[in-house]
Amino acid sequence: MAAIEVEGLWKIFGDDPGEARRLAQEENLSKAEVKAETGSVIAVNDATFEVEEQEIFVVMGLSGSGKSTLLRCVNRLIEPTFGTVHVRGENVTAFDDEELREIRRTRMSMVFQNFGLFPHRSVLGNVEYGLEVSGMDTEKRREKARDTLDLVGLEGYEDSNPSELSGGMQQRVGLARALVNDPEILLMDEAFSALDPLIREEMQNELLDLQDQWDPACTILFITHDLDEALKMGDRIAIMKDGELAQVGTPTEILTEPADNYVKSFVQNVDRTKVIPVRTVMRDLREAEHISEDIPAVSPHTSIAEVLPRVLEADAPVPVRDSAGDLQGVVSRESVMEEISRNASNVSKTREAAREEKAIEAA
Amino acid sequence: MEFSIGGAFEALIQWLQDNFTPFFDGVTAVISTTTQGLEDLLLFLPDSLMVLLLAALAWGVASRGVALFTLIGMGLLGEIEFMLFGLEFTIGMGYWETTMQTLALILTASLFSLLVGIPVGIWAAKSETVDTIVRPILDFMQTMPPFVYLIPAVVLFGLGTVPGVIATFIFATPPCVRLTNLGIRQVSEEAVEAAQSFGSTPTQMLFKVELPMALPTIMAGVNQTVMLALSMVVIAALIGASGLGQPVVEGLQQLRIAKGFEGGLGIVILAIFLDRITQAAGEKVGGTAAGGNA
Repeated sequence: MAAIEVEGLWKIFGDDPGEARRLAQEENLSKAEVKAETGSVIAVNDATFEVEEQEIFVVMGLSGSGKSTLLRCVNRLIEPTFGTVHVRGENVTAFDDEELREIRRTRMSMVFQNFGLFPHRSVLGNVEYGLEVSGMDTEKRREKARDTLDLVGLEGYEDSNPSELSGGMQQRVGLARALVNDPEILLMDEAFSALDPLIREEMQNELLDLQDQWDPACTILFITHDLDEALKMGDRIAIMKDGELAQVGTPTEILTEPADNYVKSFVQNVDRTKVIPVRTVMRDLREAEHISEDIPAVSPHTSIAEVLPRVLEADAPVPVRDSAGDLQGVVSRESVMEEISRNASNVSKTREAAREEKAIEAA
Repeated sequence: MEFSIGGAFEALIQWLQDNFTPFFDGVTAVISTTTQGLEDLLLFLPDSLMVLLLAALAWGVASRGVALFTLIGMGLLGEIEFMLFGLEFTIGMGYWETTMQTLALILTASLFSLLVGIPVGIWAAKSETVDTIVRPILDFMQTMPPFVYLIPAVVLFGLGTVPGVIATFIFATPPCVRLTNLGIRQVSEEAVEAAQSFGSTPTQMLFKVELPMALPTIMAGVNQTVMLALSMVVIAALIGASGLGQPVVEGLQQLRIAKGFEGGLGIVILAIFLDRITQAAGEKVGGTAAGGNA
């Protein structure tokens, strides 16, 4: 059973959503045409996808593509117009207020783009909020909140006011607040987009490490407008355009087999070796193969370009270990070179295509 | 057929008087008990001790400057006796009791304004329908000259302090409703969404997130309400409300400059005192709630 199943989900803002859906579905009108015709805005257009247990599923799209609306339909901060959302087989769209509060308190939480912290509460007061509204007693919830703050590296900031912290630290508070109730599902709405590039990368790595360490790991639905971030974080990625899912696939699939011109235009200039993490090219240890203790391990989340020198230098496959130290696989010289040559041919192919296009235009 | 709007309103008041006398008697009892109780409380301690107490309050809530002002200003409203070079001096206006009557009236009217205004403001923030209905009523309450609703107030509640409190209440409630409404609507949408996403009930949302975050704005409304209540003191005196308005009204009727000036000065001193106290209280709660970009 998938962690999240979204089926035929629509969100239409306007007076006559039925008519708007009909125009979009049967007469194949675009989002803009439907708006001109009926005044209704289709924010999410017939989205269907599944998120597997413990997966990081990234929805990527430009602003206005409906990705944040889609995310909010999952925990029903926004009510879907049509369609269903199931969480581990339970139909969330049919929940009444009480059931909805229960699932939000115990199983699903959310991190916001601009942090959404409560300025009138201390850091600890922010983190314990979810437990407080669910009625946990003070001592117990403070202890859990402190533990979670330690986890995100904010030990000693319990009594600070959120406004005294830097952006990165504020988002750590936001993350701790979402993690404190041990959710099954973490919804992240452009959670790192408001941060400086360096801090953003640090937070990305930490989240990936945390995800490795947790047992069982959270299922994460991650929204971003940044393709690099999507490729780095996502086990699978959905590309969203004008409310529709243009493609759902693994980072490699998105890069090598773009479903349409829109996705192609996104990925054509990406240097794959810099964004594709080692975990996608590593393989299991073969029988009779053993790992040399002399070769330092690499993290599964580092990019191919980063590990390239290490792999070339070593005379045996390089072990890939997660932050807990467990062996995930090995990466060999052949697999890395194969990836690089594929990238090179890809780049030359797109260059060729561009030249052809120009030639056609000229003619 | 001729239709007189004023006549219709008069008929309405007449009808209210004929049919709802027990209700108005009840309101009168509640208001006069509250005012009298507050007045007794304020006059319970001797004036010198009370001045010190008010100055201490000003120091605690506002600043040393406000405390000093309170000490001198309130002292002048009462009477200060001291010996200098073997001679006995007395300065002060001797309006202590009158000042406390005014304070009791203002506090009563403000109390009822807040009791009604804050819930209505919350309701208007939550419901567009309520907001649409309440807005013109507030405009009406604020722009109708206060003298006009003194007349029905006297008809329904008789002369004295009670109709004064009622008229003051009508005049002072609108800013409280407006600023509560504004404060709650201004709470950042992300904070509201965050509270929702963690499973808050509507009540938890209101008391744990919306009201605390709106508090600085609500306190600005409280300040406005108290100030507007004070501005009604002289008008309330016209229908027999006791307090600092009385010397002003008498001064005007008898052309006694000294008396009128003293009453007016008393109102100013009380106004500055109340303004600084409520403002400082607002800033204090705002210090924790404002700030922060979340």
